[in-house]
Amino acid sequence: MPVEKSENMPVRSSDDVVRARQAVRKHAIAAGFSLVEQTKIVTAASEIARNTVDHGGGGTLRIEVLREGPRRGVRLTFVDQGPGIADISQALADGYTSAGGMGLGLGGARRLSNEFEITSTPGRGTVVTLGRWI
Amino acid sequence: MGEIPILRIADCLLVSIQVDMHDQLALALQDDLTRRIVEDRARGVLIDISALDLVDSFIGRMLNNIAAMSRVLDAVTVVVGMRPEVAITLVELGLALTGVRTALNVDKGLALIRGAIDANQRPDARRKI
Repeated sequence: MPVEKSENMPVRSSDDVVRARQAVRKHAIAAGFSLVEQTKIVTAASEIARNTVDHGGGGTLRIEVLREGPRRGVRLTFVDQGPGIADISQALADGYTSAGGMGLGLGGARRLSNEFEITSTPGRGTVVTLGRWI
Repeated sequence: MGEIPILRIADCLLVSIQVDMHDQLALALQDDLTRRIVEDRARGVLIDISALDLVDSFIGRMLNNIAAMSRVLDAVTVVVGMRPEVAITLVELGLALTGVRTALNVDKGLALIRGAIDANQRPDARRKI
């Protein structure tokens, strides 16, 4: 799948979470996303970026703008080297929280995405990939 | 870190969030508002989020907490001005904001607060045994 544009950024602090949201918004606009589509992917990005900081001990975000025929998409890959997630299906369930949140982060981000994948090795880290297509 | 100003109009506190909310700012606002409700003996809190282009679960939790704390302190919180795309996204995210009263704009929000305060001050409502 051809990548039209990409950007890498650190996700280490809550300021980085804000910067990640702004960068995702910029690329979503460039990809032609509507206001509702932009808001959905930016909100999903915010949830996962916060997880990367709070649970993963910080990491990185790669933003890619993709084109496949007439379709365009934005794919986000969050990588951290944190403690990992032992039980992914539990972490994806609404209401599950380990940091005093509302427990909507992972499940909510998955609902806001067209593609969602999470791989995690306890002790090694977590990779979350999510994408939206128009 | 910028602070979000809290204005007082009569017995209401008014907050208009005009900056990108990062998490510490959301927590600081929650604390400041709770303190000001007591200090200013406020009966209503109006939070204008018309400038916010996103409400994620963290900001949603802040709004829920402010509404719950103000209720305990005998004040009414109304959130106004949510953008349509933010509302659509919130629902899909799974955030119901139960317990947070909302209104379309500041005028309607103030009317809602006024109505709630007046209802509490009716003689029959005040008679508690």
